[in-house]
Amino acid sequence: MAEEIVLPGWKKWLEGIGDQVGFFFRFFRNVFTGGFEWSEFVRQCYEIGYRSIMLVGITSFIMGIVLILQLRPTLVAFGAASMLPKTLSVSFVREIGPVIIAIICAGKIASSIGAELGSMKVTEQLDAMEVSGANPVQYLVVTRIIATTVMVPLLSVLGDAIGLFGGFLALNIRDSMSFNLYFTKVIGSLDFTDFLPALVKTIFFGFAIGFVGCYKGFNSNKGTESVGIAANSAVVTASLWIFVIDAIAVQITSLLFYN
Amino acid sequence: MDQVKEDKEQKNASKKKDEIVISINGLKKSFGTKDVLKDITLDLKRGENVVILGRSGTGKSVTIQCIVGLLKPDGGSLTVFGEEVAEMGEKELKELRMKVGFLFQSGALYDSMTVRENLEFPLTRVLKITDQAEIDKRVEEGLDAVGLLDAIDKLPSDLSGGMRKRAGLARTIVINPEIILYDEPTTGLDPITSREISELILKIQKQNQTSSIIITHDMECARIASDRVLIMDDGKYIAEGSFEELHKSKNKAVAAYFTDIL
Ligand SMILES: Nc1ncnc2c1ncn2[C@@H]1O[C@H](COP(=O)(O)OP(=O)(O)OP(=O)(O)O)[C@@H](O)[C@H]1O
Ligand SMILES: [Mg+2]
Repeated sequence: MAEEIVLPGWKKWLEGIGDQVGFFFRFFRNVFTGGFEWSEFVRQCYEIGYRSIMLVGITSFIMGIVLILQLRPTLVAFGAASMLPKTLSVSFVREIGPVIIAIICAGKIASSIGAELGSMKVTEQLDAMEVSGANPVQYLVVTRIIATTVMVPLLSVLGDAIGLFGGFLALNIRDSMSFNLYFTKVIGSLDFTDFLPALVKTIFFGFAIGFVGCYKGFNSNKGTESVGIAANSAVVTASLWIFVIDAIAVQITSLLFYN
Repeated sequence: MDQVKEDKEQKNASKKKDEIVISINGLKKSFGTKDVLKDITLDLKRGENVVILGRSGTGKSVTIQCIVGLLKPDGGSLTVFGEEVAEMGEKELKELRMKVGFLFQSGALYDSMTVRENLEFPLTRVLKITDQAEIDKRVEEGLDAVGLLDAIDKLPSDLSGGMRKRAGLARTIVINPEIILYDEPTTGLDPITSREISELILKIQKQNQTSSIIITHDMECARIASDRVLIMDDGKYIAEGSFEELHKSKNKAVAAYFTDIL
């Protein structure tokens, strides 16, 4: 510990990476060994998924409206007002929906997982689980990471739908377009190369949110202030990961589909 | 023939009685530049209750955390049931922990679970008991022993500090461990409950032949529950003996613990 203080920054950073890789393998091993904690998993899906619906819904709804209002003048200037539904649906489904929703989830879910596990660490609950011979990784980490990996994509699909509906309402402020026509235009302009890469991306977003939250909470220090630090750095790190994953995903999808 | 067999059994029994379950030799542990444990040596026999006294921050909790492998010692040897803890793999450590009960100083109840679920947790996850009737029976017995039966469906956040402590104790004893490590089992309890808990510790020892290390500041608890008392100071044990022996000690550092007791 004495040497730790004089460790140069990059060395500490590398150590942190090493820790995370170790934590990843610990998670992975525990997914396949021992029993799966179904009831805790379902509880986490409820906490993580169901309890975020409102937030994700409102955000996506507003984003849909705002995007239409912002896009409209430009497209009208080019005489392309009829392109509005297509522009919205492609940009929302491919990029804006998944990323905005993932960032919202990072703020809500990664921080709450970080704080929850961090406070369990501080109050010795993680140690207690460990010394009882139970496996805290299996019970707490595996369930949470899998729950976020499943729920964030679902939230994201829901958010897409609500966002596009918001777009429809916004469109009808100035122009009038029947819901049927709008719906046909939106669906017609999307194909699986829009939808599938976005869905795969959100799976990774979900994993990153759960993983970072668990890692930060599990490895927090033992003072009360470290609960706040764990929650905070979970949000920051998870958000960063989301953008990194997004950047990689866009490279891969454009190589595969868009050239 | 029968005579021989009987002799042998008796011998086995007495051997079992003298069996040393925890053996600590020259244990050292530092945090950074701070040497917390300097030279800890202790043998715990089967069926024996050892009380550790010592001032706050001398490393009593650190000692028992080393025993269950939560902390890694820096030197010396520490064996439980004859096996070196530091050399245990994940699987051996798990097996060890199934036999050792650990009461945390803070109680360490799982916040998100009710008292009942807290007690069920080690039964279903560790002992893998599936029979719900048996689980219910053991949970209720455990809670009854600490007088918390009416709080069975409450969440830890709805309990008082003392109740939380007792629930933690119930969770520790519900798996019937062979060794129990109590970290301040009576701290924060009223004198009457404290005495009940001390008597419970004694009763568990007699009933199940458990061996225990009890860390406490409560001299009443030490008097009731101990077979042997150790006094710890500055990372070492400075005195050892039965409660009565130490009580009569002329050594100033030892006598200081007994000033309130007449
Ligand atoms: N995980 C840890 N990291 C760093 N230092 C620690 C850690 N655990 C304990 N210490 C230090 O070791 C010393 C002994 O702590 P310990 O908890 O064993 O005291 P204690 O004898 O149980 O005291 P009390 O009677 O107050 O519970 C303290 O100075 C503490 O700061
Ligand atoms: Mg202590």
